[in-house]
Amino acid sequence: MTRRAKAGGTASKAVPLPLSDFDNARAAWRAEVQAGLGDKPNPKNRSGVEVQAIYTPEDRAGERYMEALGFPGQMPMTRGIYPTMHRGRTWSQRQLIGLGVPADYNARLKTILAHGGTAVSLIPCNSVYRGYDIDEMPVEILGTCGVTVNSVEDMTVCLDEIPIGDISTALNDPSPFTLLALELAVAKKRGISWSRISGTSNQSDYLSHYIANHMFFRLALPGARRVLLDHIAFAREQVPQWNSLSIVGQHMQQAGATPAEAMGLTLSSAIQYANDCLARGWDPDVFLPRFTFFFDISVSFFEEVAKFRAGRRIWADLTRNRFGAKDPRSWRFKFHGQTSGVDLTREQPLNNIPRVAVQAMAGIFGGLQSLHTDSYDEVLSVPTEAAARIAVATQNILKEEAHLTDVIDPLGGSYYVEALTDQMEVKIREVIARIDEAGGMYAAAEAGLPQQICGDSALAFARRVDDGEQTVVGVNKYRLPPEEDTQRVALKPPPRKKMDAQLKRLAQFKAARSRADVERALADLQRAAESKDENVYAKVVDAACSGVTHGEICGKLREVYGFGNPLIVA
Amino acid sequence: MSQLHPPKVLVTKIGLDGHDRGSRVVAAYLRDAGMEVLYTPPWQEISQVIRLAEEEDVDVIGISSLATDHLLVPKLMKALKKAGLDYLPVVVGGIVPDDDEKKLKKAGVRQVFHPGASREEIVSGVAALAAEARAAKEREVFA
Repeated sequence: MTRRAKAGGTASKAVPLPLSDFDNARAAWRAEVQAGLGDKPNPKNRSGVEVQAIYTPEDRAGERYMEALGFPGQMPMTRGIYPTMHRGRTWSQRQLIGLGVPADYNARLKTILAHGGTAVSLIPCNSVYRGYDIDEMPVEILGTCGVTVNSVEDMTVCLDEIPIGDISTALNDPSPFTLLALELAVAKKRGISWSRISGTSNQSDYLSHYIANHMFFRLALPGARRVLLDHIAFAREQVPQWNSLSIVGQHMQQAGATPAEAMGLTLSSAIQYANDCLARGWDPDVFLPRFTFFFDISVSFFEEVAKFRAGRRIWADLTRNRFGAKDPRSWRFKFHGQTSGVDLTREQPLNNIPRVAVQAMAGIFGGLQSLHTDSYDEVLSVPTEAAARIAVATQNILKEEAHLTDVIDPLGGSYYVEALTDQMEVKIREVIARIDEAGGMYAAAEAGLPQQICGDSALAFARRVDDGEQTVVGVNKYRLPPEEDTQRVALKPPPRKKMDAQLKRLAQFKAARSRADVERALADLQRAAESKDENVYAKVVDAACSGVTHGEICGKLREVYGFGNPLIVA
Repeated sequence: MSQLHPPKVLVTKIGLDGHDRGSRVVAAYLRDAGMEVLYTPPWQEISQVIRLAEEEDVDVIGISSLATDHLLVPKLMKALKKAGLDYLPVVVGGIVPDDDEKKLKKAGVRQVFHPGASREEIVSGVAALAAEARAAKEREVFA
């Protein structure tokens, strides 16, 4: 595939055609272009691919359709991972939500579901991300970016009246996956079999946290690695519909990696996780079907479409040829996309609505399985209700009004999109090769290589904006005087009174538990964590069912494995 | 302003969030402009920021915030005052809602840089504040 990808790109490498109408027409067109554009250089996309003014059959000379594209659901998967793609089933509308206390979250979730949301997502408070209970943190910032969920009681309120046995839940739940443990505890209480619980451990990719956003990093790398693998093993046996691993490119692209770099780094993480699973002696066709991906979608429309198509083709190749997977389900590149917050502007914030629509379209044409559209005000604060409703409506319009889903892979066959897909594939594979050379993603992250890549590209992009090479409407061009640029409403943080009440609830919950159960569960957790082969995650779930809180579980594992201070490259 | 040393700026993050794209870019811009940048990992305790500012004799403290950590800045301002360092200008960069900006300014924050702030605005704003801080320090020395 690499050879074809290299040959597919530029006109100069194409096989010469006999002099024909095509050549005459092209010569005439070139002369006119020369007169019109002069020697103006071709623009480059964010990933550094130089794009021509036009693409023609000449750019696709020698293409073998079945090798490069094929049919959806078949190798090489370029056109989609399922035979029917969005015509059969559109994407899950999975709006990220989380703010305030559990009751606030539950109310918001019900509203989202009533407005067309089809899946649950849960964003916890930053204190939860960091691995603490709310009573260990400064109260000023609690519940300002996500819901404060610490205990089985909190999760019970969050999921009140939500049919968790029937709709999928996506939990932003980094290692040690306490939110899933709390959800399973709720399911147990409600008599819902764990075999009916479906969804995804978003943010389970500890490498991306370590590398890119440092937000959720709780355990030092070796501990995080161990708990993730135990989590995968546990889910396989006990929660078979659960996607235990979501490999995240979003963080790295948001941290600055170009689209091609982000895809390459993410696939390198996936290679690392697959190798770790193989090292445990697992069959690739058992674990690979549960791998999912999570990507950022920038406003660089065609580049993003090509990124996803190329990524899908590379993953199919890697799973089959590098890991020897034989089950077609293992080859499927299932991904959730989130429109990029970095592209949104504080200036003239309503302009973010069309930006998000363009980003969402790129993800849809890229063949995603699940989508979060940012609210236009996410650059101002956590989304307001009104803005979140527009974000959902944007998806509904694209899905149901605009007929984007009538045809599978509708941009496939475009001379440009196919040439760009090939060129993005080359760029992505270069990144994978670089990480392979560094000993894989785990070693590369320890050495700071992906951190460096993200930082360098972030700076390069910022300079392009500051130098005016990359237009950002309302920021470096088409600015409004500040007094006219005022449509900025930000969500208020939850009132202090509410958070004080929540702190009181947590104290009451902790006081009412069986002390003996809690101590036993924590002792079991410690023993498993210190052991070589006991499943640590099974003990996390036991602990959640026994009333142990999130902060207590994370605290115990930090004791054993150490806290994961990220490596800062700046 | 003393010409012996370039302005020294502490670029840091307090609170819970670790997103550092903005702080890294700003640090690079300030360095490009000839300033000395002391850059820390995220999640710094307020006491740690005070200690660094004092020990390293910085001229400006820059706090980067993406996910509401700016709400802790008033606490930092109080702590600076208590440590006798309230002559040190503090700037905040990142996602700061308009109402919160007013509160931060009231608490003594000198400038808030929002996501669209240009390199030029940031560099010149920080340089001016650094010069002011140098002058204040010199006054203190000769007083």
